[in-house]
Amino acid sequence: MSGSLKLLKLINVILEHVYKFLGLTNPIPEVINAFITAAISFAVISVFVMFLVWMERKVSAHMQSRIGPNRVGPFGLLQTLADAIKLTTKENMEPQKRDKIPYFIAPIIAFVATFMGVVVIPLDKGVTIQNLNIGVLYIIAITSFTVIGILTAGWSSNNKFSLIGGFRSAAQIISYEIPLVLSLVPVIMITGTLDLQKIVEYQAHAGYWFVGPQIIGFLVFLTASTAESNRAPFDIPEAESELTGGFHTEYSGIKFAMFFLGEYISIIIGSSVAVSVFLGGWIAPAFMNFLPVPGFFWFVIKVLLVIYLIMAFRWTFPRLRVDQLMDFGWKILIPIAILNIFLTGLWILWFSKGV
Amino acid sequence: MTDLLLSQIDINSNSLTETDEYIVNLGPQHPATHGVLRLVVKLDGEVVKETMPVLGYLHRSIEKICENRTYPQCITYTDRVDYASAMSANLAYAMAAEKLLNIEIPPRAQWLRMIFVELQRIASHLLWLGAFAGDLGAFTPFLYGLRERERVLDLFEMTCGQRLTYNYIRIGGVMIDVLPEFVEKCRLFLDYFFKKVDEYEELLTYNPIFLERTKGVGFITPEEAINWGLAGPSLRGSGVSCDIRKQQPYLFYDQIDFKEEISYGGDCWSRYKVRMNEMRQCVSIIRQCLDHMGPGAVEAKLPPVLKGPNGQEAYSRIESSRGEMGVYLVGNGTPKPWKCKFRCASFNNLSVIDKLTRGWKVADIMAVLGSLDIIIPEVDR
Repeated sequence: MSGSLKLLKLINVILEHVYKFLGLTNPIPEVINAFITAAISFAVISVFVMFLVWMERKVSAHMQSRIGPNRVGPFGLLQTLADAIKLTTKENMEPQKRDKIPYFIAPIIAFVATFMGVVVIPLDKGVTIQNLNIGVLYIIAITSFTVIGILTAGWSSNNKFSLIGGFRSAAQIISYEIPLVLSLVPVIMITGTLDLQKIVEYQAHAGYWFVGPQIIGFLVFLTASTAESNRAPFDIPEAESELTGGFHTEYSGIKFAMFFLGEYISIIIGSSVAVSVFLGGWIAPAFMNFLPVPGFFWFVIKVLLVIYLIMAFRWTFPRLRVDQLMDFGWKILIPIAILNIFLTGLWILWFSKGV
Repeated sequence: MTDLLLSQIDINSNSLTETDEYIVNLGPQHPATHGVLRLVVKLDGEVVKETMPVLGYLHRSIEKICENRTYPQCITYTDRVDYASAMSANLAYAMAAEKLLNIEIPPRAQWLRMIFVELQRIASHLLWLGAFAGDLGAFTPFLYGLRERERVLDLFEMTCGQRLTYNYIRIGGVMIDVLPEFVEKCRLFLDYFFKKVDEYEELLTYNPIFLERTKGVGFITPEEAINWGLAGPSLRGSGVSCDIRKQQPYLFYDQIDFKEEISYGGDCWSRYKVRMNEMRQCVSIIRQCLDHMGPGAVEAKLPPVLKGPNGQEAYSRIESSRGEMGVYLVGNGTPKPWKCKFRCASFNNLSVIDKLTRGWKVADIMAVLGSLDIIIPEVDR
């Protein structure tokens, strides 16, 4: 049994004792358990995001021959905490002619929608916050809710830059959703399941990771998920040199922070899915099998590597124009993804592997 | 349901597909406009219908101020005409004043002027490179550009103590001779910098996204470019030979072996390529200047008070970092010029923005604006 699973069990045992002490019925009500798990995962993810923001700043500093944050805490690790405190204690500036209710709800939708995707990520063998047998479908469905938040933000800010940003984002996310799904289809065809946990287990049994046979799918997925999380070179919804801040031009303080967190969480989800589906999730690399570390460790290492790659994209490439972005999505990524599905179908047919 | 919706819409008004134009102000405070330029842009969705630059946010009436200052005092104001390329503005003014006052300049001063103006061109192009790449959404080249620009500014600081507005090239020569170790440090920088240009090109020139954003964007034919009065690298990007250093050599440019960089594309990419190649030419020019430069005085003997001859006029033109820069001076027998006029390349280059962006996307405004290399104080003065 792995370390993180033990941790969850330990929490449950402690809770059971607390309930006995209070004279409540045993076992613990499912609802309370869910709340506590949610709170813990929220805290862990928030800390991870803080680390990612720090990492992004250090990576960009390294790429631009700078030093990066190094004042707050060791190696500047607490810089993000300082920024978060600054953002939360800031005065909440709102434009006078905003559409009040959508303006308030937009960052919440964007944040919650991305955050909900975390639920089905397989962290270790048998460890998921809530394992669903339609995990892949769930993640794709839930993360595309983000576009509603962004569109609402763009509309309700009553600012032309925000509006352009919002519409660009809608067009972009809807177009890139398609190659994103299509790139995952071949893996689902081979494994015959939508359950992320089972996809990882299939890779463990098969002895290879899908990044080998499905390299095209992996590249398409990586590109599309970068676009899904509005990251450079696909950051046209917030292109600061054209649209000032895009859809979040008029947002400040904690509301801006929610968009900001949402972006990073969607990177985490994108790379987690990439790792689970294509890079073997929590499976240790074959040559490192002897190391007595839990699968969770390998999972995090792989996720960080993919995130590093996405960060390196951002600090290397110029931004695409909106029509070029659409062309790239519809004329290049989607045909490639469909071709990949076709080839995978032939592969299954001839070698009768998988289903 | 659809029938119901359609029945409510008047078919004749075509309101299902009709779009409204709307106006967006890019600037005067906007992260991408260089300085305080305001562009009033008429948009139809993402498509640009009209771009109108609104000038005057940085107008400081430098020309009028110069008419109330003595000839040597004006030099400090010329620094502010083009703060990214202050040496060129210094030189243009000093040359006009020398023409008006009939002053001979010692050769060492001429060589020093050439070295510093070319170093300034490198610094200015580096700043442009960073801003241009930043406009296209790549932030990293900006820091690369500033990293090398810092080295140039160190050379300037070592010589005249200033890093932005130098007041170094004076009437009759230069302010002060360079330090003995300057030549060696300058050579070290040139060797270091020559390799760095390749690094920038590796990062940008054939990057597919960069090519997509710049190839064919902001295209202008040579004839149109001449008619619009484009100047400098922006005109050479259309394949027109217009380098004043070649056509009307001033200083000792006729004794130097260098190539006028021309690119024939007429688009943003060509203008980019011209400037990148020009940086390499600058290195070669400075190297030759350092070889040619002999010892001697750096300042001519001047009368205590400089008086412009009554009714006489003088015009000087140089190839500044942004193109042709001219200074027109009229004397009236007093220590102050009767009229002082700057002809700056940025003003003409900016005027073409409407033609280049009509029918393109919003993002292309930034690419075109970046590729024209506009400095707002030069436009507004």
